Amino acid sequence: MSLVNTLIVEMHNTFLKIKFILSSIWKFYLEGFKNQNKWSRQIWLVILIKLFILFFVLKLFFFPNFLKSKYKTDQERSEYVIDQLTNPKK
Amino acid sequence: MIEHFDPSLVDWSRAQFALTAMYHWIFVPLTLGLAFIIAIMETIYFKTGDSQWKKITKFWMTLFGINFAIGVATGIILEFEFGTNWSNYSWFVGDIFGAPLAVEGIMAFFMESTFIAVMFFGWNKVSKRFHLVSTWLVAIGSNLSALWILIANGWMQNPVGMKFNPETARNEMMNFWDILFSPTGVNKFLHTLSSSYTLAAVFVLGVSSWYLLKKVNVSFAKKSIVVAAVFGLTSSVYTVLTGDNSAREIVRNQPMKFAAIEGLYDGSAGAGLVAFGVMAESTNGKHKNMKDFNFKIEIPNMLSYMAYLDGNAFVPGVNDIINGFTDNDGIVHPSVNQKIEMGKKAITALRTFKTAKKAGDKTMAEQAQKDLEANFKYFGYGYFDDPYDIVPPISMSFYSFHMMVGLGMWFILLFIISLVYIYKDLITNKKWFLRAVLWSIPLAYVASECGWIVAEMGRQPWVIQDLMPTLTAVSNIDVVSVKITFFLFLTVFTGLLIAEIKILLKQIKNGPNHGGQ
Repeated sequence: MSLVNTLIVEMHNTFLKIKFILSSIWKFYLEGFKNQNKWSRQIWLVILIKLFILFFVLKLFFFPNFLKSKYKTDQERSEYVIDQLTNPKK
Repeated sequence: MIEHFDPSLVDWSRAQFALTAMYHWIFVPLTLGLAFIIAIMETIYFKTGDSQWKKITKFWMTLFGINFAIGVATGIILEFEFGTNWSNYSWFVGDIFGAPLAVEGIMAFFMESTFIAVMFFGWNKVSKRFHLVSTWLVAIGSNLSALWILIANGWMQNPVGMKFNPETARNEMMNFWDILFSPTGVNKFLHTLSSSYTLAAVFVLGVSSWYLLKKVNVSFAKKSIVVAAVFGLTSSVYTVLTGDNSAREIVRNQPMKFAAIEGLYDGSAGAGLVAFGVMAESTNGKHKNMKDFNFKIEIPNMLSYMAYLDGNAFVPGVNDIINGFTDNDGIVHPSVNQKIEMGKKAITALRTFKTAKKAGDKTMAEQAQKDLEANFKYFGYGYFDDPYDIVPPISMSFYSFHMMVGLGMWFILLFIISLVYIYKDLITNKKWFLRAVLWSIPLAYVASECGWIVAEMGRQPWVIQDLMPTLTAVSNIDVVSVKITFFLFLTVFTGLLIAEIKILLKQIKNGPNHGGQ
């Protein structure tokens, strides 16, 4: 019984330690972001605009994966590429 | 076979890739080099406890942060382009690139993003030692993430450690270590990193010189100059050594590139190095990429020495490579016509293999596979008919190489003079020198970009040396969409560059008293 109790206490302590570490990391990042100055905020704005343009404009509308969008299986894709390499069409 | 490909699509796809890669490369080398300069500065702060070094570290860390943030994810566009514009290529090399790029992604994400946060948010929150370790880990992590992409690029220049699978049309990795420790990849990694450190050192030197010209933050600027000049001198001398190693490696694996960067048409024993040369505007009649010299100054025997550490060694020129030659190790290199013949056999064998497999003809498939394996080494040559089509743009390769080397020497001189003037306490009086250093910042970027032009233009027409010409690597897509995205990228990247320069200039004007806050 005492072994089980000890185990439970140990587990509880470990859980508290992990919780403490995670909340410290969370606070660390939160305070870091909160205490940023003007230039840091400008930089974040540039990053967010850039990521939006990259992933929601360019990737979605202009850069589909050519082989994945045209063919369903790897076999079809390899056949297409072999065809391109051995018998290229205009 | 070459006529089956749309040259306009190939040219626009290449232009787009070159544009995005070159813009991406504006941000990367400063990140790679400045990270170490900051780590060195913080180490001095850690050792001495002098608060001015903390201020110096925080200021350069601010500029590092701006450059890192603006540049981050610009490389992802290149991966978009692989999938859309270069699908044949991506498929052909997919298994080789997968592992290094996955490692890069994991490394970049976990190592950099974790420790960068400690670097910027951790002052006074974590111990001085832990902060210093984080700064060093950011430097090491960002440099290690560059390793993987450069190893992948090295494989394209010298494909090793793989086997082509005709059933899937993909190259499969046979030996990861052969790829990782390929001399081409290792030299490329070391040369690229050391030249990036040089660029960062010139940047720190230039900005510090501006303060000295303005007579503000003098002590800060002098201390920064000492670190930058020592770091820059060490890096630039190492860049010369790694460049020298690269030259010896290139002459063996990419002799055409070596001939192109020197404008060497007819090889000879005891070949001279063109220290300075001006090429004719018109071609010499053999091929559009071949132009003779109007004027050149040669250092006798130097090219042979550079290539083989023997002033009398034979260095092949463009015509020797076209006609076939025997190198200094006694290896016979077939003529390009012979390679074209073997390449065509390999392509035919791949086609036959596919047909035989579909028809269930095992004997024919086995024979085709044997023929393919016997001739695969020159697979890419099969797409050409004229042997001179494998000649890269000589004048662009020649000028880029010579500008890169010339500017590299100029930077070494700058670092030495900076140290002498600092040692003699004369630097604040030498305005001409401070101006020269300031204006060398854009030159460092020119040299760095020239390095990539040498590497990538010099190896044309190959996207994978000897195996895949650039023209077969492109996807069969509409050229109009490539043109649209070319101009979109031009706009986005120019916007980002303007944003970076504006924010950087503002921070530089604010000076170290506002840095890192």
